[in-house]
Amino acid sequence: MSAITFEGVGFVYPDGTRALRDVSFSVEPGQRVAIVGQNGSGKSTLVRQLNGLLRPTEGRVLIDDREVGRRHVAELARSVGLAFQNPDRQIFAARVRKEVEFGPRNLGLRGADLQRVVNEALVLVGLAADAETNPYDLGFSRRKLLALASILAMETPIVVLDEPTTGQDARGVDRVESIVRHLAGLGRTVIGISHDLRFVAETFERVVVMRGGGVILDGPPATVFVEANWPLLASTHLVPPFAARFAARLGISGAVTDDSVVAALAARSSG
Amino acid sequence: MSVEQALVLRGVRYRYAGADRFALDGVDLVVRPGEVVGVTGPSDAGKSTLCLVAAGLAPGTIAGVLEGSVTVDGIETRDQRPHEHAQQAGVLFQNPATQLSGTSRYVWEEVAFGPRNLGLPLGDVVARVEAALAALHIGHFGERDPARLSGGQGQLVALASVLAVGPRYLVLDEPTSQLDPQGTRLVGDALAGIADTGQTGIVLVEHKTDLLAALCSRVLVLGGGRGVREGPAAEVLADAGLHDLGVEPPSAVRLRARLAAAGVSVPEQAFAEAAA
Repeated sequence: MSAITFEGVGFVYPDGTRALRDVSFSVEPGQRVAIVGQNGSGKSTLVRQLNGLLRPTEGRVLIDDREVGRRHVAELARSVGLAFQNPDRQIFAARVRKEVEFGPRNLGLRGADLQRVVNEALVLVGLAADAETNPYDLGFSRRKLLALASILAMETPIVVLDEPTTGQDARGVDRVESIVRHLAGLGRTVIGISHDLRFVAETFERVVVMRGGGVILDGPPATVFVEANWPLLASTHLVPPFAARFAARLGISGAVTDDSVVAALAARSSG
Repeated sequence: MSVEQALVLRGVRYRYAGADRFALDGVDLVVRPGEVVGVTGPSDAGKSTLCLVAAGLAPGTIAGVLEGSVTVDGIETRDQRPHEHAQQAGVLFQNPATQLSGTSRYVWEEVAFGPRNLGLPLGDVVARVEAALAALHIGHFGERDPARLSGGQGQLVALASVLAVGPRYLVLDEPTSQLDPQGTRLVGDALAGIADTGQTGIVLVEHKTDLLAALCSRVLVLGGGRGVREGPAAEVLADAGLHDLGVEPPSAVRLRARLAAAGVSVPEQAFAEAAA
């Protein structure tokens, strides 16, 4: 059973703008999948099909093999958590803890169960010490982590992160990386939208590249970022991560992260 | 003694009204025309506050206590009126939507907003708008609706509207953080072009150290409201302690350090070629 299946999905906004065309792929439970592409390529429109914020105008979207179109938004909220790119679109409570409580409370959690999921989420994002702070006294990057905690606390099997590293400093990016791995380790499916291809190559096991509302590449980072694909990536203004360009210069194939470049060169110099 | 042509912060401390600690706690910075000085650091290090102070918005518009001195070409900013200061130091924020007036139907009109508010004769307004759009290679945007631009295009229009006011210094607070790679490249190229004229000094606050490495001559790293590193960009950005200061090193620096730690030597040429 796939966690997510897109079957020939198309989407046209009411003003006639086509945002998705014939998108078909599926995601297995526990997979970490990055969706990359320029602004306007359809990434955000695609993930909004997952929790019923938008419904496909063509084709079908299935979650756990059940069609999304037939399910109520409240039911989908138990399956899919979506952290927006701009945290201020989802933050409204006067205290950090209240903000994080809102989702799981709506799912029916109370008492010790509620406190457990809230505390775990706050620890994961590093805001445990700020539980009583007003969200708007936090800087942008920490508001963003708060928005992420609100989603994590709902313990949905599928977590969607729209540009999670935007505005994060080095520690914030490290934290987001470890959260993605932690979630996948728990068997939860993680979909991440990102422009940061280094972060993508190091954090996700699969990369889906979108252009003009359709999928143009889909595979592991080591396959998607190989030199043969650079012209296709360039056609949508994407530049492969530095490590991939460096590896290609040295004739190392299949290395697209710092770790894999170091490993390949260490093996070469000892062999 | 001739007055130094520069935007200068000396021993600057800034505390927001109602706050109990200083967001900036002793910062020095000098930016001369033709120079791009990068400012980076972890979240809450004081980067945005530095922008507000350097642009004269704090304490001018945003209440607080300023200690030390902020001068533009020798003139203390606290002695100036906002419209005077706006012509010397222009500021650009992260999100073009917060910057654009929202009242203009055309990009041309949006860019004209600043010069018209300075009460310039119509001919001067036209000349400034045309020059600002041309400097960023967006003359063809003139008749577009500002609300219907991509993030990168919107940021270029916001930058053009700042340029049209004619500041000697630009203060840019993470101007590419909301942009995709193409938008980031557009803004980066535009800034390089502005600096190359030698007329404008730029303070560029960024988390993207690859961009700082490409554009800046010098870099200041902030931590806890103070400068914790300052110097030539190549030196500061290669500092082995950068990550511990909360700053992601440029890609090449990061990989070079990993290779060195693994005892692997690679000709420097490979780094240069991969960066190109």
